[in-house]
Amino acid sequence: MKMTQQEALFQYCLRRGDDNLILSHRLSEWCGHGPQLEEDIALTNRALDLIGQARNYLQYAGEVEGKGRSEDDLAYMRKERDFVNVKLVELHNGDYAYTMARNFLYDAWHLPLQQALMKSADTQLAAIAGKAVKEVTYQLKTSADWMIRFGDGTEESHQRAQTALHALWTYTGELFTTDEVEAVLQKAGIVPDMAPIKAAFDAKVDAVLAEATLKRPADGFMMSGGRQGKHSEHMGFLLAEMQYLQRAYPGATW
Amino acid sequence: MTEVKNSQELFQAKVDAEQKIEPKDWMPEKYRKTLIRQISQHAHSEVVGMLPEGNWITRAPNLRRKAILLAKVQDEAGHGLYLYSAAETLGVSREETIDALLSGKAKYSSIFNYPTLTWADIGAVGWLVDGAAIMNQVMLCRTSYGPYARAMVRICKEESFHQRQGYEIMNVLANGTPEQKEMAQDALNRWWWPSLMMFGPSDANSPHSAESMKWKIKRQSNDELRQIFIDRTVQQAEVIGLTIPDPKLKWNEETMHYEHGEIDWAEFNNVVAGNGPCNKERLAARNKAHDEGAWVREAAMAYAAKRARKKQAA
Repeated sequence: MKMTQQEALFQYCLRRGDDNLILSHRLSEWCGHGPQLEEDIALTNRALDLIGQARNYLQYAGEVEGKGRSEDDLAYMRKERDFVNVKLVELHNGDYAYTMARNFLYDAWHLPLQQALMKSADTQLAAIAGKAVKEVTYQLKTSADWMIRFGDGTEESHQRAQTALHALWTYTGELFTTDEVEAVLQKAGIVPDMAPIKAAFDAKVDAVLAEATLKRPADGFMMSGGRQGKHSEHMGFLLAEMQYLQRAYPGATW
Repeated sequence: MTEVKNSQELFQAKVDAEQKIEPKDWMPEKYRKTLIRQISQHAHSEVVGMLPEGNWITRAPNLRRKAILLAKVQDEAGHGLYLYSAAETLGVSREETIDALLSGKAKYSSIFNYPTLTWADIGAVGWLVDGAAIMNQVMLCRTSYGPYARAMVRICKEESFHQRQGYEIMNVLANGTPEQKEMAQDALNRWWWPSLMMFGPSDANSPHSAESMKWKIKRQSNDELRQIFIDRTVQQAEVIGLTIPDPKLKWNEETMHYEHGEIDWAEFNNVVAGNGPCNKERLAARNKAHDEGAWVREAAMAYAAKRARKKQAA
């Protein structure tokens, strides 16, 4: 059965919403535990920006679906197999190099994607992207700066950043895979072709890693499954924590 | 000796005339020490205070609450930064100040040694703990030391938002399901007395008070501030239908204030001495963040030094 444009748009909004929601959740775990106060503030800021973007997408997803589901219904009442974020964002935080390397890889994909979405034929998606681009531009700048600092800082920081990149690289493929959802929407001019976004990602990653004196890991086996709701084992625990109150007190308002 | 005496008189005259003391002005050594102790304790309280509230960020009940709580805890980190900077103007580095916290030598507000057990505790902390802190902070906006007073003006604006959001959480819970109302009442029961203790010992037993009043570091006594807080909070509890856990609480028509039961100062002293429910966890969490962040700070410094060398060579 062919997917309708409305179904595809709903799925697409969920993907964008879930990516931001779950990464924001992971970053919020750092709050109060950062390596210095300035970093605590910066990471919390990023978590706040991402949760704002997630809310925009999930609200719009609910609207597009037309079944009266709110942002909170979508964030708190869906089950593990219904979440469609990439696996990259659900992984545990690791050390600060791992957290920053993940941010950097995510941002290097996220910025060109959001820039392209500003031209979406769907005015709501274009408006969300217009607001997000300002935030994501700054996010990419800070995560790239940290990659360079780590890579060209001490031997230990170089080692940690390199280890993180190797561990995370296998999760980057999923950022660029597309399926029927993108195909339907691309035809309508609602979402962009991923090839130029991959090219922008490659160029940015290569430039930053060169300055950081870090090696780009070779493309090998790439993880997938997140978009189909087949997650890592981390995901269930993350949701158990995040959804605890909504599950324990069904129907209550907060 | 005469010159010192003159400086001291000039200093006091300036304080009495409500002029601010600035970092480069002459000040009695004890004034400086008192302020360093007080401002750094205040800074530590902001930073340690991030932990009990941070405890619920990942479990906040909806996206709006989660965003508000994140922003609130982030504000506390910002307050910590201003205050460490204010302490630096008195000649003590941020590293020294933070080391004193990490080694357990410096104190922070004992209230943060209590655990946040349910979501309602996030409401109670905002309403009561920030509410009590504001009493003190509003007074400190007029404190005699310029940098501290100015930091406080900014902090007060954000704290009053924190207090309102805490009260709003409690209001929603108190008007929610019976289980939610019970959760709110339980949080009030647990946080009420420790909040009253935040103002410090009664005036008669407050070791630093007289001098601080003379120097206008403090401008109202512990008991005065506590009374204002009680009068205001009792009414707020009534509005949302919660009960203050003090059977002796009574309105006094003559004084136009609430009378309250005896505060358990033995509990207060015990928690200050290190024997509270979370003293060890709080300090351990700060030390863990500091230790695990050491390589990050080193990398940032090493990179900055490399860049500076390159710039010089170019």
